[in-house]
Amino acid sequence: MNLHEYQSKQIFAEYGVPVPQGEVATTPAQARQIAEKLGGKVVIKAQVLTGGRGKAGGVKVANNPAEAEALAGQILGLDIKGHLVKKVLVDPAADIATEIYVSFTNDRGARKPLMMASAAGGMDIEEVARTDPEKIIKIYVDPHLGLHDYQAREMAAAIELPQELWPAFNQIAQGLWHAYWDKDATLAEINPLIITGDGRLVGLDGKMSIDDNAMYRHPELEALRDKDEEVAEENEARKFGLSYIKLDGNIGCMVNGAGLAMTTMDIIKLFGGEPANFLDIGGGAGADKVAAAFRIILSDPNVEAILINIFGGITRCDEVARGILDAMEQVKVTIPLVVRFGGTNADEGRALLEGTKLITAQTLSDAAQKAIQAAKDAKQP
Amino acid sequence: MSILINNDTRLLVQGMTGRQGLFHTQLMLEYGTNVVGGITPGKGGQWALDGQVPVFDSMETAVRATEANTSLIFVPAKFAVDCIYEAADAGIRLIVCLTEWIPIKDMISVRHYLDLKGVRLVGPNCPGLITPGESKVGIIAGEIAMPGNIGVVSKSGTLTYETLFALKQVDMGVSTCVGIGGDPISGTNFIDVLRMFEEDDYTEKVVLMGEIGGNAEEEAALFIARHMTKPVVAFIAGQTAPPGRRMGHAGAIVEGGTGTAREKIAALEAAHVKVARHPEEIPGLLRG
Repeated sequence: MNLHEYQSKQIFAEYGVPVPQGEVATTPAQARQIAEKLGGKVVIKAQVLTGGRGKAGGVKVANNPAEAEALAGQILGLDIKGHLVKKVLVDPAADIATEIYVSFTNDRGARKPLMMASAAGGMDIEEVARTDPEKIIKIYVDPHLGLHDYQAREMAAAIELPQELWPAFNQIAQGLWHAYWDKDATLAEINPLIITGDGRLVGLDGKMSIDDNAMYRHPELEALRDKDEEVAEENEARKFGLSYIKLDGNIGCMVNGAGLAMTTMDIIKLFGGEPANFLDIGGGAGADKVAAAFRIILSDPNVEAILINIFGGITRCDEVARGILDAMEQVKVTIPLVVRFGGTNADEGRALLEGTKLITAQTLSDAAQKAIQAAKDAKQP
Repeated sequence: MSILINNDTRLLVQGMTGRQGLFHTQLMLEYGTNVVGGITPGKGGQWALDGQVPVFDSMETAVRATEANTSLIFVPAKFAVDCIYEAADAGIRLIVCLTEWIPIKDMISVRHYLDLKGVRLVGPNCPGLITPGESKVGIIAGEIAMPGNIGVVSKSGTLTYETLFALKQVDMGVSTCVGIGGDPISGTNFIDVLRMFEEDDYTEKVVLMGEIGGNAEEEAALFIARHMTKPVVAFIAGQTAPPGRRMGHAGAIVEGGTGTAREKIAALEAAHVKVARHPEEIPGLLRG
């Protein structure tokens, strides 16, 4: 789960990281009130879970409360890469002398927490990584011992921070480390961390991603979930133990197992078709689960045919065939349906589907080609 | 004539008395796996599965009583991490954890501890292992694979079964199949298993089934180029996966433009690995 900027900065502040004392507004009038309270210049920042807000016109400086109201009016309701702006953060404008990057993340390869910092702050760090990788300094953290003070000092020296700022940087690094570790974050990032004109360090913008697997032990973070930023069908799927991701094609997919589900999408593409979704039905495949999967796939109007690909191991294909037939009593499926069974009791499963309008296939390549053809035929009756 | 598990495997099942645990323990016994005990705190002293398997309260007592060398974990994510530590501290050398949805932070700490102790973990979020004809530890259906000399290592479950079954259809057998799981932080990676297959006299060829996310496949490609004498055939799932989305497995995600199938296939092909366009091509590539 990704947190908004204002949520991330609030958490960082709780861990002792200095951040601007702004507030969130959902209306232009509120933005004006906050600007009046803060006094002076303010920055109005769209709160959406995507990058590139600045370029899309989602971040603007206002000189006075009246301007803050007008600019908030422009930003609220903007569509930024498919995300509708419903909230803006009104922060006091900062006097920026220098911009730094600092973050903690999980390094999959090293299997350790990784601290990264760079003197090239304020930019897209992935871009810096591509063009100037030597500008990013990396330090691994021992998961059992945490970040040592000396590591924070080494980092401060490596990014050429003035010595008088090392103690403040250490406090920020320790705070960010503890926020990352306590909250089960996969990313805790301050970008930019600025040095102000009067020589203070302030976390101007922040980002946090939380490990979905750990949400069960963070009810305080669950309360921050922004339902507007989630796809309704994907949440619906999760309730039934299904994993669903919508794509842009016309061939719906229902598969048991994530790797096989990806492979099924790939093979549709290989034979010239376009998959409409990723859907892993998980272990077992009873009628209720299959029916839920049908409903979710059919909620996408682009779907013109469905390919069901089941490999029977412990779950036998004849059980799944019965599940499919029962599910079709619950959900009316009017588009062509191609079923491919492999593994345990595949022949018995196919036999059960004989005499129905279902199209059966033996191999994965055969199934993909039949589904693509069926979608074409359905279009030109 | 295999890696990691064989006829000498003496298995304890942690969380055996749950529904899944009992079901799969029965299947393992039928397959011939030497299941020497199960662990469920509070049920020690009972016998499960019609008196076939003793139940213990703790790993420590179970290991002392049975001289087990391997454990299999069938416990939900909230409790699985504790089970891994308990197994490692009881002296188990190979821990297989099937559990999905273990927090990444927990796995980082676990892996760090196991590395210090020299204990091998396979998984989590994996189907386990099978050495056809000898032993299976996990949930891979026994009948879909036959004994032979092809080693299989994979991040995926059903996709692997698909491959085992396709090999069996053309009378190609398997030395050992290792499901390493699809989580971002795993106990065992491709290189660990490739090294074991390279050293195993019985394994002649290797199938590697990878997927998008991370760079384990790229590292495997480097290892193959430098250290493998045995031919490797690979498949990478997720060529059509959109960036930034987790494709079912927690680790299957293209992040910041890296971890794509295209990069992985290119790295493997540069190491002279034959990469199948789809899994049904794998038996043919192994022959050729």
